[in-house]
Amino acid sequence: MIRAAMIAMALLLATPALAVQPDEVLPDPVMEERARDISGGLRCLVCRNESIDESNADLARDLRLLVRERLVLGDTDAETVAFIVDRYGEYVLLRPTLTGSSIALWAAGPVIMLLALGLAFTYVRRRAHAEAPTEIALNDAERSRLKEIIGD
Amino acid sequence: MIVELGHFALILAFMVAIFQTAVPLVGAHKGWAGWMSVAEPAATTQFLLTAFSFGALTYAFVTSDFSLSLVVNNSHTLKPMLYKITGVWGNHEGSLLLWVLILTLFGAMAAWFGDNLPPTLRARVLAVQSSVAVAFFAFILFTSNPFERLDFPPFNGQDLNPLLQDPGLAFHPPFLYLGYVGLSMAFSFAVAALIEGRVDAAWGRWVRPWTLAAWVFLTIGIGLGSWWAYYELGWGGFWFWDPVENASFMPWLIAAALMHSAIVVEKREALKSWTILLAILAFGFSLIGTFIVRSGVLTSVHAFANDPERGVYILGILGFFMGGALLLFAFRAGSMEAKGVFSTVSRESGLILNNLLLAVSCFIVFIGTIWPLLAEMFFDRTLSVGPPFFNAAFTPFVFVLAVVLPIAAMLPWKRATVGRSLRALIPAAILALSVGLFVWTMFTGHSILAPMFVALSVWLVAGAMVDLWSRTGRGAVAGRIGRLTRLPRADWGKTVAHAGVGVTIFSIATLTGYQTEDIRVAQVGQPYQVGNYQIELVNVEENVQGPNYISTMAHVAVRELDGREVALVHPERRIYPVAGMATTEAGINNGFTRDVYITLGDPQQNGGWAIRTWIKPFANWIWGGAIIMALGGFLSLSDRRYRVGAAAAKAPAPIQGVPAE
Repeated sequence: MIRAAMIAMALLLATPALAVQPDEVLPDPVMEERARDISGGLRCLVCRNESIDESNADLARDLRLLVRERLVLGDTDAETVAFIVDRYGEYVLLRPTLTGSSIALWAAGPVIMLLALGLAFTYVRRRAHAEAPTEIALNDAERSRLKEIIGD
Repeated sequence: MIVELGHFALILAFMVAIFQTAVPLVGAHKGWAGWMSVAEPAATTQFLLTAFSFGALTYAFVTSDFSLSLVVNNSHTLKPMLYKITGVWGNHEGSLLLWVLILTLFGAMAAWFGDNLPPTLRARVLAVQSSVAVAFFAFILFTSNPFERLDFPPFNGQDLNPLLQDPGLAFHPPFLYLGYVGLSMAFSFAVAALIEGRVDAAWGRWVRPWTLAAWVFLTIGIGLGSWWAYYELGWGGFWFWDPVENASFMPWLIAAALMHSAIVVEKREALKSWTILLAILAFGFSLIGTFIVRSGVLTSVHAFANDPERGVYILGILGFFMGGALLLFAFRAGSMEAKGVFSTVSRESGLILNNLLLAVSCFIVFIGTIWPLLAEMFFDRTLSVGPPFFNAAFTPFVFVLAVVLPIAAMLPWKRATVGRSLRALIPAAILALSVGLFVWTMFTGHSILAPMFVALSVWLVAGAMVDLWSRTGRGAVAGRIGRLTRLPRADWGKTVAHAGVGVTIFSIATLTGYQTEDIRVAQVGQPYQVGNYQIELVNVEENVQGPNYISTMAHVAVRELDGREVALVHPERRIYPVAGMATTEAGINNGFTRDVYITLGDPQQNGGWAIRTWIKPFANWIWGGAIIMALGGFLSLSDRRYRVGAAAAKAPAPIQGVPAE
């Protein structure tokens, strides 16, 4: 009885375990490769954080089929992506565009790196021209501590 | 009863932590030895109480005490014993208890092994460490009590998330936490030094082993997590730039920077305030990581247990400790005067460059991770930042780091010339270039990135070896080999860890550049070719009964092209009825030079099954590299100069026992 119930559960829960299904694959390997590249950059909207290429969800499958449909109709990669963004918004793009506020995101790394290099360079120059400090004598506490460590 | 005692012990530990925060700080300020010395027994007591509390919770899980709501929600009588135990930290409350257990353990260790610290510094370190514990004890007791009872206990539990019922993931959180929380020691040392107003070479020496240990644990923890994702999530990826992964990667990067800059403090008494800042930030990123994982503000594939309200509390903890420490830093950093003088080209500069690259790459990961949040809050744009961004923005830093590392690692302190270390590296460079060219010509039609990074990885490994060899001085080869074995372990650690970076980069380059993939409907008994292998679906068993799941299991033969059998793998699809979840188990034939990775899909209407096959070149080397890096860290930790203090406390050490640095 329990076993039967478990099997019934199993049937209810069954989900496709592969992302890209064999019946989705395009006959033309070059076009299929393009489709895979594009789907790797599109977010599955109902998943946690997966591209449609990795997701098992039905919606992801629909989008994968849509991408392939556009490619077969002769769209370029950019046109295909634009078609999907028009329908679903820029949220689907895993790679943020270089527009508006997102420019700040893309520029952040290089800008910070240049700033940091500049700061580091002035620091290093200052160190290079700094005077070597005179030896600072140990105070009494340190001297007795040193004795302790050396074990005298 | 034991559960109540565990709860009570936790409350007591909270009280002890409050005491340990306040009293030694006052004692250190006033110079009262008695008040300072209470910190050590308090740290030990705090640890023992927390350990007892953790033990009580474990007992409840092991005996399946379903009067505890935590056990009901995360366990089941049918669950294998290993996962009953690991279920203790497979949830929010229990994992936080593990977090404070490790926090108090580190505090106790600082008390046990801190004999050679100046008394005021030691008291302050223990007090600061304890203040972090206060915050987390309060968090657990007031918002996430693991010892909550149910009035009407059910007969059985709801089972642990089946994805977590796996050996790789079972031990991933403890290691990760050892790393996260290990950085709290660096933080405590930094804040104590700021209160003290003094940072010297000795401080650098105390902070380094803690940071190094934390980094080693983070390396192992991240490696385990990545390995788990590889074989368990079923599409053979090893890194997804997911917020939760980034949460552990950011402290790793900062810890790597910190353990390098602490060398400069220790050996050259420069970079002091920067090192303090890094120590604060490293723990800050650990807290941010905890916040990201626990709050669920960022959608993630790994979000197993989260709650926005608790996130606000962690944000409060983060704000308090980072705000406080940075404020203190702003007031006191000016007094950290650098002593060492070095020229523009020197190992000091090399380490500064290392720090810049690591810190800025960490910043990129950080801004990419939180950008969706910022964009929504300030620009009203709902957008995603995924792997394509991180790959594009992060890879250049890895590239520069890999190019510079062998050269900078060979520069002498104070004053150096690039030409000299370059000359020693000529053989390594030639080897790297020829391997890169060979790979490039062998596999035409692929991206140029893969051979470039293969060359760089060879450059890293060979460069690390040249560096070690150059430490043996001049003279006959036999004499140099003899000296090689007598080199300090820290030198070996450096070489091994740097080579480990090379191994991981090599594997990532080949895996992303040259993997073969095949998707098709496979008929039982009809072999087909993928790459240099012949794959045959032998048969599929349905309704295979596991301990707490039912499985559809395929048997797939992997053969050489001449028909010789390589392996029989068993990809599965499992249903966990209690948890109501389905998972896939890939069938993997691990090999030294490649993995054959097979997953099972749906049965097809016209017969046959959907089968997906990958040949992943050098996949295991990713984690091999992580293990090598960790090993390098361990070697360095076991260097004798870290044991000198301990030895001196036990027996009078000979004069030459003091490192001559």
